[in-house]
Amino acid sequence: MTLLRPDPTFYPSPRMAMGAPPERHAYVATLNPGRPGVPDAICVVDLNPESPTYSTVVHRLDLPNVGDELHHFGWNACSSALCPPSPHPHLERRYLIVPGIRSSRIYVVDTKPDPLKPKIVKIIEPETVKARTGYSRPHTVHCGPDAIYISALGGTEDGKGPGGVFLLDHFTFEPLGAWEIDRGDQFLGYDFWWHYAHDVMITSEWGEPRQFENGVVPEDLLGKKYGHRIHFWDLRRRKRTQVIDIGDEHQMVLELRPAHDPRKTYGFFGVVISVADLSASVWAWYRENETFKVKKIATIPAEPADPALLPPALQPFKAVPPLVTDIDLSLDDRFLYVSCWGTGEMRQYDVSDPLDAKLTGTVQIGGIVRKAGHPKGGPLKGGPQMVEISRDGKRVYFTNGLYSSWDEQFYPEGMPGWMVKLDVKPNGGISVDPGFLATFGDARAHQVRLEGGDASTDTFCFPS
Amino acid sequence: MGWLFAVSLALQEQRERALWRALPPIALGHMLALVAVAVPLLLLGSVLPLRAVAIVAAAALLAFGAWKLVRWYRHPRWVGMKVGGRDLVLWSFIMATGHGAGLMVAPALVALGDGHDGVPARVTLSGIGAHTAALLVVMAAVAWVVYRWAGLAILRTHWINFDLVWAAALLLTGGIAMAGAL
Repeated sequence: MTLLRPDPTFYPSPRMAMGAPPERHAYVATLNPGRPGVPDAICVVDLNPESPTYSTVVHRLDLPNVGDELHHFGWNACSSALCPPSPHPHLERRYLIVPGIRSSRIYVVDTKPDPLKPKIVKIIEPETVKARTGYSRPHTVHCGPDAIYISALGGTEDGKGPGGVFLLDHFTFEPLGAWEIDRGDQFLGYDFWWHYAHDVMITSEWGEPRQFENGVVPEDLLGKKYGHRIHFWDLRRRKRTQVIDIGDEHQMVLELRPAHDPRKTYGFFGVVISVADLSASVWAWYRENETFKVKKIATIPAEPADPALLPPALQPFKAVPPLVTDIDLSLDDRFLYVSCWGTGEMRQYDVSDPLDAKLTGTVQIGGIVRKAGHPKGGPLKGGPQMVEISRDGKRVYFTNGLYSSWDEQFYPEGMPGWMVKLDVKPNGGISVDPGFLATFGDARAHQVRLEGGDASTDTFCFPS
Repeated sequence: MGWLFAVSLALQEQRERALWRALPPIALGHMLALVAVAVPLLLLGSVLPLRAVAIVAAAALLAFGAWKLVRWYRHPRWVGMKVGGRDLVLWSFIMATGHGAGLMVAPALVALGDGHDGVPARVTLSGIGAHTAALLVVMAAVAWVVYRWAGLAILRTHWINFDLVWAAALLLTGGIAMAGAL
């Protein structure tokens, strides 16, 4: 609770948030699959270049259970607290809502009074989540003005859908129930976000839990059974209003990144793989005459490779698929960062014109075959995956883990966790910060959240 | 905070007209919230002595103020950002009711009846009308100043915790009204 002014990390517009002070630390989800008795953890990484512990883990919060599989997580409150229909600006950006995607357990982590030593203050057990919402496998967390929204990949029946969205109470963190009133034929879930100022929600499709929990199911992939649609919803009336099928050769529609400026009604999504040629792609959605349309704005081809260098799953194809598994959009809606987890590349596109993306920078690091190194640590295993951008757009951080059973299929040699930082040139272009390489031992690293907010956290209700 | 909604609509549409169009329905919704409290008061005043009505109004105000003090962060949750006039009337009615705007003026409405036999409807309604007109002027002034001059940065620096201030004001008004009635 604040008394005299709102939480200083709340900004009315994205442009104002870009003037925020640089982040001094990050919270990183780390996981320990297959290591008996070793729980997952939230690690605090020092991001302050002036600090003697820069680029190292300064604290680790071990979870009390084993096997949760941490994945994505988010803040209890953000700039959406200033949105005019239900403002509550004197709450604090204080609690991290941390779901276990495998266990369906949700942890509430308090980052105050000492942000470097967060503590668990509440645990929502899987039975409660399932009983109250009808969902399991919680994934994306977004702080809405009226509640905490969480997407889920599974229903209550083992390994089955439907995936959807549910709500947590803003203040007690109790699960309130499923969000949808009318879902139409939407069944698969993954990510969601919104054009809040236009009362539009967007959801994407990965697969049912049975399609990912034990690794990629090759028959489902070749049979084009993974998600290939994007759904648009009336956020206010909780009804699906439109669905776009981008073609079933495109498999797995993952991260959704709507423009941050509330006047705009376009955004971007990544597609992991095309079964036609193993390429990955980036798409834009945009609205014309009250109807959403989509356009493919970038295709990233597979790279031919010696089968001897490939994991068994890829050997028949004699190529490395790029596997676009995460994308992120800077707060000025100018640069889109695209993780190519398979080939080991981070790309930067200028998307000032959202339908005409221009490749402005690329960095190679890790990769199934390339195994590109880092100035501070030699060759790296895994590839660029969860990516996060500082609010001012000048720094980009990413980690290397995707999802435990998939990590093992694509990187069977193992994948110690790491986090890399890029510096961004003002007019495009990226380079590795040679002084920053955070490592997590044998643990794998997944989502990164930056102190005070980042480019995939906040919703702004006032235009820039 | 109706003025803020009006400002955001104007910024979103990039038209100052949207601001002026939003304010009257917001004021109307607020007025209806006052009427929703005044009507039961009038009915109560027709069967009970004025002093008893005053005690009931003050007690309700104190109880609501105490609840707001503890649950200051709870707000009604309704509507999105694409709103028409009717949405704004209903939104404003819900917000004003949820914050006890009607209860806040109840002691004053009862006091207007002083010297009359019961609470007279005509006086009450003109009181509500005057209050709403004043509200509209203040909202318009604040909205216009923020929209044209101060800018949104003021939200970060000058937005004090009105919820707590309001809870305190409810309790204070309720206390004074109770003391006066007893």
